Amino acid sequence: MAKSKESSDANSGQIIRVKTRMSWKASFKRYWQLYLLLLVPIVYFIIFRYGPMEYIITAFKKYKINAPVWEMEWAKNKKKETDVFFYFKQAFQDNQFLRALKNTVVLNVLDLVVGFPAPIIFALILNELVFKRFKKVIQTVAYMPHFLSWVIIYGLSLRIFATDDGLINMFIQSLGGSPIPFLGDEKLWVVTYVFLGVWQNFGWGSIVYLASIAGINQELYEAASVDGAGRFKKMWHITLPGIKPTIVVLLIMNLGNILGGGFDRPFAMQNNLVLNTAEVISTYVYKKGVLAAQYSLTTAVGLFQSVVGVFFLLMANFISRKLGERGIW
Amino acid sequence: MIKSAKTRRGDWVFVIICVFVGIICLVPMLNLAARSLSSSDALIKHEVTVYPKGLNLTAYEYVFGNAKYVRSFFWTIFLTFICTIVSLIMTAICAYPLIFPKLRGRGVINVLITITMFFNAGTIPNYLLMKSLGLLNNPLVLIIPSCLSVYNMIIMRSFFYGIPESLRESAEIDGASYFRILIKIYVPLSKPVFATLALFYAVGRWNGYSDALMYINNKREDLYPLQYYLYNILKSQSDLSAQEGFSTPGLNDTIKSAIVMFSTVPILIVYPFLQKYFIHGVTLGAVKE
Repeated sequence: MAKSKESSDANSGQIIRVKTRMSWKASFKRYWQLYLLLLVPIVYFIIFRYGPMEYIITAFKKYKINAPVWEMEWAKNKKKETDVFFYFKQAFQDNQFLRALKNTVVLNVLDLVVGFPAPIIFALILNELVFKRFKKVIQTVAYMPHFLSWVIIYGLSLRIFATDDGLINMFIQSLGGSPIPFLGDEKLWVVTYVFLGVWQNFGWGSIVYLASIAGINQELYEAASVDGAGRFKKMWHITLPGIKPTIVVLLIMNLGNILGGGFDRPFAMQNNLVLNTAEVISTYVYKKGVLAAQYSLTTAVGLFQSVVGVFFLLMANFISRKLGERGIW
Repeated sequence: MIKSAKTRRGDWVFVIICVFVGIICLVPMLNLAARSLSSSDALIKHEVTVYPKGLNLTAYEYVFGNAKYVRSFFWTIFLTFICTIVSLIMTAICAYPLIFPKLRGRGVINVLITITMFFNAGTIPNYLLMKSLGLLNNPLVLIIPSCLSVYNMIIMRSFFYGIPESLRESAEIDGASYFRILIKIYVPLSKPVFATLALFYAVGRWNGYSDALMYINNKREDLYPLQYYLYNILKSQSDLSAQEGFSTPGLNDTIKSAIVMFSTVPILIVYPFLQKYFIHGVTLGAVKE
């Protein structure tokens, strides 16, 4: 094998990079300390990130307690025939799973439609502020909700949305309206859930866009001013196109998450009155799996969720590259 | 942006929008703080808005007097401290070797690490793993599985890339070992990124409850992190006084508010001071390799 490889960068004709490749032996001899350092993280990744993947096979097998995965029998259907996809079929015949699937999609799409533009709009607004100190204070305040856990936010929402003495319902009543059950009604719960998601994230999410805006060439704005462009014209024709690559990357990441979504937020926010709209896949898996010990079924559900997630990510990336954007890789 | 010296009318519109946004962010916290400091009388009469009425500290006296809560609070501080230290070390020793372009195997390791960012085995395989490793009801389960975040590792690696190679090359020529270069050059020059990631890891541990929910049951209640303890209190419909040993009934609402308030305070005190660091950190994370 050739030890040195010469490659020239086609795009920048003059620069010729010479990349010498060490042999494994030489690399170990020279970098043994680095390999030693890497050993701990590598062991961590093998055990805690790749280790669980062995248990994915549980989805195709009948779970047996205290048995290693490879010793479990393949899943059998009701006629006792081997059917490795039995648990996937079972999931799709389970109304509770179908409900969780539907809710997951609905909540994630709403999060995307409402929650995705919010930080962009907020960044655009912040960018228009001319008072620097005031801007900084507003930023600090807007980042605050990001540091609250979902348990805390749930605690806050219990108080602020309470039907008897919650601040919002007190306000509605003082205007002569009747109290609104923001957390106890299936449909209103969805609204509250999405709103709180935006509330938690709009400030934090704006950081990336602000950094992106700061990287836009200032001369563009000056030239536009000379041409007589107003505030909104500049926003539309300079700022937004300037941050488009950032928007696309984050949109791809979000689309990859269309069947995902965390556990902490829905699990903390849901209550028994609203499970029809609040039960999502992650909470369903917890209840059916960790609590009710239906490990094969819930592993199958989890695998389905992961595969769909990766599929959406690849699709979004593919489409964005077709459209001439740079994508995430 | 170049602006005319005189502020225009449009500028004030944006200021007003921002003030409104700021109020929406703050009001829930103020309301809760006000409740925790108000008398039960004022609460029953629905008089409490964003400032305390009939100021009293009884709720906080109960909270501090409750051994279970105080224990959980200090256990979580200890846990957060340990997790942050372990995570920072793990992140640094993972990120540092990967910046050496000539290190053989670097590409493969990078790919294998990145895959775990997008493909997760799922809740149940993770649970089954912890079970088979005997980590259920073990304090280590709250520390080790989450001790290295790929996202944070990428942030640190980007920062390390930004440190001039010439620095480490001249150190190499002077005969410094790679350990030494990490400790004497990279760590001191990377204080901002260490501060940022310390905040991220600490907040993650402080706010996390789902690992405790899944891996620790009521036989080891002493291991419950504060947020999970809080979760149980908020979700329980029954009277706190009976269940958690708070002696006076009727204080429920103020006590719950005081507990939520107090569980938030440590982070709310810290984050504004680290603002300039974490803004930089988030920005680094968004830059692709």
